[in-house]
Amino acid sequence: MRPAPFAFARPDGLADALSRLGADDDAMPIAGGQSLLVLLGLRLAGAETLVDVTRIPELCGAREADGAVVFGAATTHAMIEDGKVPDPSRGLMRRVAGRIAYRAVRNRGTIGGSLALSDPAADWCPVLIALGATYDIVSAGGARQVAAEDFADGAYSTVLEPGELIRSITVPVLQEGTRWGHAKHARKTGAFAESIAVVVKRPDGVRAALGATGSHAVLLPSVAEAVASGGDVAAAARADIAMADPDADAYRARCHLATILNAAREVCA
Amino acid sequence: MIDLSFTLNGAPVSQRVEDRTSLADLVREGHGLTGTHVGCEHGACGACTVLVDGEPARSCIVLAAMCEGRAVTTAEGLVDDPVMAELRRQFHDKHALQCGFCTPAMMISARDIIARHGAAAPATIRKELAGQICRCTGYAPIVAAIAAAGAALNPSSDAAAAAPHVAATAAGASDAS
Ligand SMILES: Cc1cc2nc3c(=O)[nH]c(=O)nc-3n(C[C@H](O)[C@H](O)[C@H](O)COP(=O)(O)OP(=O)(O)OC[C@H]3O[C@@H](n4cnc5c(N)ncnc54)[C@H](O)[C@@H]3O)c2cc1C
Ligand code: FES
Ligand code: FES
Repeated sequence: MRPAPFAFARPDGLADALSRLGADDDAMPIAGGQSLLVLLGLRLAGAETLVDVTRIPELCGAREADGAVVFGAATTHAMIEDGKVPDPSRGLMRRVAGRIAYRAVRNRGTIGGSLALSDPAADWCPVLIALGATYDIVSAGGARQVAAEDFADGAYSTVLEPGELIRSITVPVLQEGTRWGHAKHARKTGAFAESIAVVVKRPDGVRAALGATGSHAVLLPSVAEAVASGGDVAAAARADIAMADPDADAYRARCHLATILNAAREVCA
Repeated sequence: MIDLSFTLNGAPVSQRVEDRTSLADLVREGHGLTGTHVGCEHGACGACTVLVDGEPARSCIVLAAMCEGRAVTTAEGLVDDPVMAELRRQFHDKHALQCGFCTPAMMISARDIIARHGAAAPATIRKELAGQICRCTGYAPIVAAIAAAGAALNPSSDAAAAAPHVAATAAGASDAS
């Protein structure tokens, strides 16, 4: 299995990468390559030029800033799993990172690549929505901020325009007294999920999100309300699942119900 | 074609490669290092696992061109590694291979499990091995071999204390060698 020929570009910094991506419609960023090289090999994707973003300083590492942690888009899952970067989430992000794929994939796969691909079953999408993250998107023309819940608009579809890069992901630090619950259901360790539910209960409000729907990860407003008020989470979950994943078959709907109840139980435990 | 300078099993290499060449093809076809096996070629089986800067990576979904300035280590480069020596002993002792297709990558992954978890419990080893496919053994002997190697290499750990027979076997084996 070989991808069709392409040129591999090692840009000299962020501006160079953005100008290459902006100038050429057939250029694509590549980070860990853990999804893109598979898609290119299977010839499900094609590119004339791959622009390596993993050595751009603005995309590497993470820093604490003003009540938040800013993750460079090329931060690997393994760096987050191992706590080599600051954790704003009281352990939630470390748990999630450690359950993505397998260690050899986590050593190379990046948080930004996962978001940009927007696989419906990707682990980071619902988690970053529940954490209230913001994505910093740059192009040769400027920068814009997009809230996590507004980023994906379908399966493998996001608001990213050609020539744009995710530069960083800003995650607010969870204050004292915040609790979280997270459940991933997959056929085997490291496999893509059949359902992912995340609930984050802050002193000032609850956010809940569901992943591995037929489309993209979304907020669960009724579940959040039920967790906040001590209401009937199962009834709220059924209502939200019907909105979040209308085409789910009976099996998938039960997976969603189970992960939502488990995540809610962990929050309230 | 693109220029590439990296270290392969400790030796500096500078060459030109086709941009789309995978690291797996580079080490196998370019350098004759056939201990890196290629099963699925799309990241699913783990047979092609090598170390890049000391960390396991699936060489079928790493481009050679990505390894500029990196240190790549294949099974051949770990012949004198003490953890690999213990793993070889235990894989042999516990019959942890049959056809051997998965074995070099299994051992590279096992070495990483021991580096990160020390004397890992069987449940941890099974979780960590989820991405390494073996079509022959049924995994039980592989898990036993890694547990034994981890315990032998971390003699003061709980796991070694809980399984003294394992540590004793390993010590006996190294006495004999
Ligand atoms: C066997 C296997 C199992 C897996 N299991 C899981 C799983 O259980 N859960 C899960 O979430 N993921 C899983 N993955 C996917 C993995 O998490 C990937 O690492 C991730 O989806 C893509 O990250 P990457 O850095 O490798 O991106 P790449 O493959 O390099 O790129 C993916 C896409 O994002 C674009 N891109 C990359 N970086 C940027 C950027 N900064 N800005 C804009 N666009 C960018 C690329 O152009 C490409 O379209 C699995 C992968 C494999 C091989
Ligand atoms: S050959 Fe690389 S993971 Fe299967
Ligand atoms: S020993 Fe044959 S695949 Fe593992």
